[in-house]
Amino acid sequence: MSEALVAIEKLNVSYPGATVSAHVLDSVDITIGHGEAVGLVGESGSGKSTVAFALLGLLADDADVSAGRAAFDGRENVFATKEAEALRGTEIAMVFQDPMSALNPLFTIGTQLIDIQRRRFPNERRSQLWARAERVLAEVGMPDAPRRMRAYPHEFSGGMRQRVVIAMALLVEPKLLIADEPTTALDATVEAQVVEALRRLRRRTRSSMLVVSHSMGLIAELCDSVVVMYAGTVVESGPVKAVLRKPLHPYTRALLACEIDPYADFDPEQELATIPGIVPDPARRPSGCIFAARCTESHARCSEPPPHRQVEAGHRFSCWQDASR
Amino acid sequence: MRGAPLRIHLAFKLATALLAVAGSVVILMALTRLIPGDPATVILGSRATPEAVAALNARIGLDRPVGEHVLVFFAHLLSGDLGEDVFNGRPVAGLVAAALPNTVALAFSAMLSAILFGVPLALLSARNPGGKTDRVVAFLSVGFISTPSFVVAVFLLMTFSVTLRWFPVLGAGEAGAVGDQLWHLVLPTAALAVGWIGYIARLLRSSLLEVLGENHIRTLRAYGVSEAKILMKYALKPAILPTIAILAMGFGELLGGAVFVEVIFNRPGLGSLIYDAIRTRNYPVVQGGVFITVLLYVLTNLSADLTQTLLDPRERSRLAAARGT
Amino acid sequence: MPALLQIARRPGGGFALFAVTVICLVAIAAPLIAPYGPNAIAPAKRLMDPSFQHLLGTDHLGRDILSRLIYGSRVALGVALSVIAISLIAGVTLGIAAALSPRAVDFSIVGIFDIVTAFPSMILALALVAVLGPGLGNVVLLVSIVFIPHFGRVARAQTVALRNSPFIEAERVLGAERWRVILHHVTPNIIGPIFVLACMDIPVVITIEAGLSFLGLGVRPPLASWGSLLNDGYTYLEQSIWLATFSGLALILATLGFALLGEAMRDTLDPKLRKHL
Repeated sequence: MSEALVAIEKLNVSYPGATVSAHVLDSVDITIGHGEAVGLVGESGSGKSTVAFALLGLLADDADVSAGRAAFDGRENVFATKEAEALRGTEIAMVFQDPMSALNPLFTIGTQLIDIQRRRFPNERRSQLWARAERVLAEVGMPDAPRRMRAYPHEFSGGMRQRVVIAMALLVEPKLLIADEPTTALDATVEAQVVEALRRLRRRTRSSMLVVSHSMGLIAELCDSVVVMYAGTVVESGPVKAVLRKPLHPYTRALLACEIDPYADFDPEQELATIPGIVPDPARRPSGCIFAARCTESHARCSEPPPHRQVEAGHRFSCWQDASR
Repeated sequence: MRGAPLRIHLAFKLATALLAVAGSVVILMALTRLIPGDPATVILGSRATPEAVAALNARIGLDRPVGEHVLVFFAHLLSGDLGEDVFNGRPVAGLVAAALPNTVALAFSAMLSAILFGVPLALLSARNPGGKTDRVVAFLSVGFISTPSFVVAVFLLMTFSVTLRWFPVLGAGEAGAVGDQLWHLVLPTAALAVGWIGYIARLLRSSLLEVLGENHIRTLRAYGVSEAKILMKYALKPAILPTIAILAMGFGELLGGAVFVEVIFNRPGLGSLIYDAIRTRNYPVVQGGVFITVLLYVLTNLSADLTQTLLDPRERSRLAAARGT
Repeated sequence: MPALLQIARRPGGGFALFAVTVICLVAIAAPLIAPYGPNAIAPAKRLMDPSFQHLLGTDHLGRDILSRLIYGSRVALGVALSVIAISLIAGVTLGIAAALSPRAVDFSIVGIFDIVTAFPSMILALALVAVLGPGLGNVVLLVSIVFIPHFGRVARAQTVALRNSPFIEAERVLGAERWRVILHHVTPNIIGPIFVLACMDIPVVITIEAGLSFLGLGVRPPLASWGSLLNDGYTYLEQSIWLATFSGLALILATLGFALLGEAMRDTLDPKLRKHL
């Protein structure tokens, strides 16, 4: 069991354009152990959702996907279309980010909860699938689940719809649960409830989890380790605690500075930190460090590809600066 | 409260519809006044006695001012009186009532066969947009839509009745003999349906492609729900809703096409009734026939509106909410 | 011309350009290329099959089918272009006027548009011909009435959209007359959609004219319209199928050609229109 559930090395994704192709992911490594929860953090455009969609084989048809290694639960080459398709809805399930549009408005919740189980449990009768859906819906905190099964999506609030979407993912008892920005579309109070629901489920099920978010806070609450992405590359990865305590890459530090600490006293003097500049155009990536143009600590060597360095167990980063700092 | 706009919406639709029907009568009657010379003289010929002309004018209502004429028409309409045939004094209402079933049967069988062929074509097309099948269907539908129904009718008659002698040439079949009547219905139905097959295939295809790009379809794909089920169930229903309204609007063109098909296949019906009346300048019959046709068209549109509302659970609950308040 | 090339590259665009060019050339050069007079009767040569003397055969009066079809293209194109021209000018004028007029006037113009479009177009054309009587001039007039709202609505919608836009206000503040400013801005905005709409309406107009002529309510004999030719062919179908076949094919070529051209133009000139037209 030493082998991780997900082992992806050097994942590249690009979209061929008319003149140049856009490189969306550049040599991304991700490892998720059995039962581990990994957070994928970065700004919009960092390619974090692309990683999730690539795992499910849901990228657009013209996407060019290649990887040095792509193993899932001992099977290799999972990015080949057929393999990815076989994993969809059986071993990997996804909680989508916008619960308002993730459900079909013209069918009842029950109908949709049953049809998504068919691939996973092809031999079960409709009544069995219905009963399971009812039970899981109740588990994620849906009051009056049996009646709500016959309701349409528009009859639910945003938070309740998010629970339905989470229930979908749990129904297929996946080995890996991907949550793509599970709380961005929700109010702050509802967000807390959904995070609580996700956390309870993590404790109960043994599935691994990949949480994609722009919020370090959410990832700190839900995950064991974190992968920080910037413009399609991994700049730092490691255990959540280590990365939070001692962020090594300048981008990680900048990202953390942008977060508002909810427990700190309100300070009207404090200015909200932002990272100056914009993410580089994926069609024109610089040859050296990808963050150099926005980095406050950049120097001459940053025009060369940065080295991959490791400090303590599993805490890695890619930067030219002195690691001992 | 949320239901109020819907109720107003329906009332508004009904009002515009009735206004359009009334307006059509007013326009028809006003235009009759524009006929160069005296309509009664035109009907009876220049050698008619002045007494005969005056008597005919009185019978059609042309001796009154337009406003009064219109009012009289609507007053009579309330008691089911559409006026009298100029030549034999038979009630127009009776003529229309005798012709209507034939036209309705023709229109509905054409609509039904158009759906039967058009929907599968749209599904085939949307399965692989840009593919070979899609391009063939796209070309076929433009061809089907743009070919005039009377050309199709003459070609069908020429090929299957005159040359091959597979189908009867003329008439609606023996009264009471359902099999014979259905046999006589085949070619006229085909002539009328061809344009509609193209129309449905095309509208539904673009509607389907729009729905297939929505997030709820991506959710189903992420759970490995089969493409066939996604297309036929989860995409078809939302795609059909907007198509229904447009189909109903095109129903009027179907009625227009019915004139030709009825004339060409020599079938008794509303279209051939109006046509014969136009040729003989039998104004009351023209008025009555056109009035009923427009009414039929407007009612179809209203019922399509209602169908669309009833098929959409979101609209259904708005309706229910409106009833509750 | 790059626009033409783009149209030719659309699916069916090459065929469309070919068909439309051929029809237009034939219509223009009719007297030069027609082998016989369109109305030259030869009772001895009734309902003949195609031969070297009569490439497409003859009709029930011995007239050369090819020559009549060639002259028929003049009726089809002539009616189509006049109808489009009349309804375009009247529609755009009414549409812009409605948008700039007081509410009551606007409302009545839109109301009339609604009533006219509430009629199925063929039924409306039939009803009008019933009143006005058959004849080519009447056909042009009444089919124009049917199409006025098409152009009127587009023109009105564009004008309304511009009416309240800030840059119009800005120019008004600078002292320009309101309608002048709006016309100045509306014209470039509606030319594209109106042009595409006109092209897409041509096959419909051709169909209505041919239909009315087929029913004997359009052109008067002996004038050759593809619709009346089709009717002649239909009447003598039991004796000879050639007239019906060729006049039907001519109609299909014209309607399909213009329909495909309209679509190709819509896609190249203004892809946004796809949803609305």
